[in-house]
Amino acid sequence: MRIVADRERCVGAGMCALLAAEVFDQAEEDGLVTVLLPEPGPAAEAAVRRAVRTCPSGALGLA
Amino acid sequence: MNPLTDLPSTRAAGCPFDPPPELAAIREEAPIRRFRFPDGHLGWLVTGHELARAVAADHTRFSSRYELMHYPLADLGPMPPAPVGDLTGIDAPEHTRYRKLLAGKFTVRRMNQLAERVEEITAEHLDAMGRLGPPADLVSAFAQPVPALVICELLGVPYADRETFQRHAVALSGIGATVEEQSAAFGALQDYLRRLVEAKRATPGDDVLGDLAGSDLSDEELAGIGAFLLGAGLDTTANMIALGAFALFTWPEQVEALLADPARGVEELLRYLTIAHTGARSAVEDVELGGVRIAAGESVALSMQAANRDPARFADPDRLDLRREATGHLAFGHGVHQCLGQQLARIELRIALPALFRRLPDLRLAVPAAEVPMRDGMDVYGVHRLPVRWG
Repeated sequence: MRIVADRERCVGAGMCALLAAEVFDQAEEDGLVTVLLPEPGPAAEAAVRRAVRTCPSGALGLA
Repeated sequence: MNPLTDLPSTRAAGCPFDPPPELAAIREEAPIRRFRFPDGHLGWLVTGHELARAVAADHTRFSSRYELMHYPLADLGPMPPAPVGDLTGIDAPEHTRYRKLLAGKFTVRRMNQLAERVEEITAEHLDAMGRLGPPADLVSAFAQPVPALVICELLGVPYADRETFQRHAVALSGIGATVEEQSAAFGALQDYLRRLVEAKRATPGDDVLGDLAGSDLSDEELAGIGAFLLGAGLDTTANMIALGAFALFTWPEQVEALLADPARGVEELLRYLTIAHTGARSAVEDVELGGVRIAAGESVALSMQAANRDPARFADPDRLDLRREATGHLAFGHGVHQCLGQQLARIELRIALPALFRRLPDLRLAVPAAEVPMRDGMDVYGVHRLPVRWG
């Protein structure tokens, strides 16, 4: 599982950082998504999938 | 199927927390259907979760510009364009520019860093309420002032100005204020913010407005954004605190779940109460959606309160269950316009509501539930007053 994050689409709502804080963060200056763990392990999978599904701007995907 | 001519707006007697009951039947029959807006415009009403989410997510085919929109709740005549600084009623690229300037000020991490101050402000107001009561009006003693003071600190309103600022802000929030009072308060706030902007330009601080004073925003934009952030943040959190407390008086067995896991409990309260109950968009091109064809120029009303009770998305949706996983609700909207301040609201609610029930475990209504004045017919639902007692 590899995370694809589109910073052009991202609006910095913070849902990913809220739901999977060990995998996602928000950049200090613009609040947009930063992926801390581009290839998270199985332990994080459920939270990552929820974050991807919940993202309001559709900026996250899995490859 | 004939167009629906009245958006159901009357809640059932004795059920102040449930959407108007007709919405469930409408959603079951057709989660998107023809709807005659109060001004006569023939548009659409969406009541299903998946479709409401899809419309809100599609900001290229559905505009948020007020002047293209018909208002679903009343006939207000043609809508004026959004005032400068209002992020809700504009589209890309203007929206994108503002949103990207502001998103960094409301991140999960920055809001978490406010937790200690929110706890202090919460405790101070509980102390004051305890000294003056029982009884008390939970709205004016707690639900309104706590978020008002938090936003003051966040925006960077000087301490000495707080009282004036808060008085205008409370009138603007509409709780117990007439439209004229709200409009006067809006003007006074604009003047106030303009002066504040001048001060921030002279000596920028590390608060939101001080930070933005160093950006390329004009004075008018900066003042407008200040007014918008207040208007968007005060009304909503204040009403969620008060209506959330009222719901917990009604189902006291749920308090334990809130105290055990405030984050999870607050998401369910957000879903269940959906105080920002109705949104709208306007199609800018023809769109095929949910088996219908929405023509360019038609408005679409989004019943977020119906969507958040959609059994296709949430099992047993009409039951308040603070132990459920309610993530994915549309209480903050969806798409690029999803609430900018949602992480602030979460922190405030996760701190204020548990603190209230921890400090005053026997807190209860001081009047029969049927006598609590509800904000029926308002954009943001809630209570005007909440008489409580304890001890």
